[in-house]
Amino acid sequence: MARELLAPVETGFGAILARERTLPLCVPLAGLFPEGALRRGSTVVVGQGAFPGTTSLALALLSGPSAGGAWCAVVGAPDLGLVAAAQLGLDLERLAVVPWPGPKWAVVTAALLEGFDMVLLRPGGHVSSSDARKLEARARERRSVLAVMGDGMGDGWPGTADVRLGIVAGCWRGIEDGSGYLWGREVDVVSAGRGAATRQRRARTWLGGPLPEPVDAGHPVLGPGDVVAAGTGPQAILGTGRQAIPGTGRQATAGTVLDVDIAG
Amino acid sequence: MSSQQRALVAFCPDWAVISAGRQPSSQVVVVSANRVVATSPAARAAGVRVGMRRREAQGRCPELEVLLRDLPAEARQWEPAVAAVEAFAPGVEVLHPGQLALGSRGPSRYFGGDLVLAAKVAAAVEAVLAGRPGAIGAIGDGEGARADGPGPLGPVGPGDWAGCCKVGVADGLFAAGLAARLAPTGEALVVAKGGSAEFLAPLSVKVLDNRADLADLLVRLGLKTLGDFAALSASSVLGRFGADGLAAHRLARGLAERTVRGRVPPPDWVIAAELDPPAEQLHAAAFLGKALAEELHGRLTGAGLVCTRLAIEAETEYGTSLRRSWRHDGALSAGAIGERVRWQLEGWAQASQAGAAAQAGRITRLALVPEEVRPDDGRQLGLWGNDAGAASRAARALARVQGLLGPGAALTAVLQGGRDYTEQVLLVPWGEPREPLRPGSPPWPGRLPGVAPAIVHQPPLPAQLLDEAGDPVSVASRGNASAPPARLRIGSGASAGSGASVGSGGSGASAGGASAGSGASAGLVIDAWAGPWPLEERWWDSGGRRRARFQVSTADGGAYLLAREGRRWWVEATYD
Repeated sequence: MARELLAPVETGFGAILARERTLPLCVPLAGLFPEGALRRGSTVVVGQGAFPGTTSLALALLSGPSAGGAWCAVVGAPDLGLVAAAQLGLDLERLAVVPWPGPKWAVVTAALLEGFDMVLLRPGGHVSSSDARKLEARARERRSVLAVMGDGMGDGWPGTADVRLGIVAGCWRGIEDGSGYLWGREVDVVSAGRGAATRQRRARTWLGGPLPEPVDAGHPVLGPGDVVAAGTGPQAILGTGRQAIPGTGRQATAGTVLDVDIAG
Repeated sequence: MSSQQRALVAFCPDWAVISAGRQPSSQVVVVSANRVVATSPAARAAGVRVGMRRREAQGRCPELEVLLRDLPAEARQWEPAVAAVEAFAPGVEVLHPGQLALGSRGPSRYFGGDLVLAAKVAAAVEAVLAGRPGAIGAIGDGEGARADGPGPLGPVGPGDWAGCCKVGVADGLFAAGLAARLAPTGEALVVAKGGSAEFLAPLSVKVLDNRADLADLLVRLGLKTLGDFAALSASSVLGRFGADGLAAHRLARGLAERTVRGRVPPPDWVIAAELDPPAEQLHAAAFLGKALAEELHGRLTGAGLVCTRLAIEAETEYGTSLRRSWRHDGALSAGAIGERVRWQLEGWAQASQAGAAAQAGRITRLALVPEEVRPDDGRQLGLWGNDAGAASRAARALARVQGLLGPGAALTAVLQGGRDYTEQVLLVPWGEPREPLRPGSPPWPGRLPGVAPAIVHQPPLPAQLLDEAGDPVSVASRGNASAPPARLRIGSGASAGSGASVGSGGSGASAGGASAGSGASAGLVIDAWAGPWPLEERWWDSGGRRRARFQVSTADGGAYLLAREGRRWWVEATYD
């Protein structure tokens, strides 16, 4: 009864309160999603790529919702670097970690989808397609977001994920022969999926930590929105702190390393 | 009209200070969320008041000692006082640590009047506080002294806190509670039978302190006293302020919060669980209590009820049964029930350590009994949810996970000081205080700047680092590498017993696992590297470690943090 009375109010305000339907994404990843945000109830698989960086990309995916006040949980990643998580902008106070779910990982994930806005899962073994479908259905029903970290190329998720992300190319910045520190990397991320996400999208982002203070003349300085190389996706920087790429002797000129043909 | 039960409330306003083992003469405040929640008499004399900001209190009184509130300890130490009163008057309920209530009709008839009973209750409580021989259990004994500082109540001599327990008797719990608050030191305040309404009339509406919003609104409407509020008609109050406002109005009129008709017989539920084997650790029993609390709360919510009085029962291995009632005038949430169960168990455990032999023994059965319930007319969660709603939803989901996997399975991370990435993260079980072990502020030499690795291998994976000629790279004592590294082999056969650890790392570390497979023979080609950075920890004792660390990035796009320790190479972390 009350439900029925409220229904028009909810749908009427629904358009205004987009937050109810979606979770915010950090800027560089927003362009990879059809709505520019994470739709509640959807499933995102990270890991369909040829270049390492699945874990950082998955953390980056969580950073937007987490910074926006959402409650997030990570299931089954005992070696997850939580310093990196904090660096990428996750709020650790609202992050629950279940590192060792054991064989019950599917049950645990289902339980967490009930109460958390977003759950990042690294399955602890072979995923049956019925498990995958059940978890996707649970996320849909509870209006939470399920993110799955896949294994390398064949991401190993037999479900019908709404969006699949993968890193197709990248380039580390910060170290050369014996000196410097790793500051981060530029990566090309592609997304593809079902429905509105069918069209493949591509974005170049910076995955990394705070950037160093000195800005060398003669090296490119990147700001949010700067175009680094020809591409269709939005370009932006992901990370915190100063926005400048430290010079590296071996830095590839734009277009050589980063332009990988992904049509195939 | 006066269908209300006659009630007695005993109240120690300074309980938080007393339970911390401080003297009335010392200037002490207890703060919670940066607000003063309790003061010692000496601090009050210096102008410090409850509700002040901590900074303001320190401004009034520079010598002030500031303690953080420790509710579990307060509850634990309140238990002997409750037991002492229960020894001569049945039906004692705990309202809050430092506050108890009992139905006074029977006992005061037996002992010869409300005043006599009040004096007896105050004397019993103060005897326990003073730790006088003959009182139930010296409170300061045992290792319940979890709070740092001097043992609780240890140094308190008899008579120091004389008169700290105030007692009020009136019709109804609300009036009795206020009478106790207003009672002069060392004397009980007894409101005559049927006199609650007159007693309440001149009091400020601010005493409706668990309805602070309503009280504020009433003041703005010009209704400054409970008498003004009581003069309104019940129907206009209901129309303007809703069901909760009506309940407050009934209190202001000296009536029971709810009409007699609204009283619901408690359902005949006993939410119980056996502990087999008996709980060795208090934590295990408390954790079970949390699960029971969830279950009870779920059933009450399902029936549209809230619990206002709850009995916690325990049986020990020697067949002793313990029971204590807790009252709460709002709705007890699942978390609040669980918290009270924990406090109660701790209280019993401490009493048994202090030598009350009847209570000794491990707990074999734990039960929660709703003794008094009422229909849930309470608040609804916001239409679109709010932060508190999200937090409690998350807490419920985690309680499920803890039920599935055990209490230590759901964790939360706290960043703290440390040199390497494993040290910088402290994982604490969800729900425990998030306090780092080491401060993060002083610089930690050896901490790497730049990007943090997304995968930290625990334990590190064995590896081999080779130069261009295929010889192992070593680090000289001066801290320089013997040759520029050219190839990296992860989980090489050279290190015995490494297979298992690579396998476990590989299952999670996609990059590590994949590259270990593809590059097992030739190794990964290193295209950039940096280091070595020496890292010496605790060089002054035998547990010290000496390492040299490198960062390398490989041609396939991977990047690793390597360490040379004990003449071997390890992959400490993967920048996945």
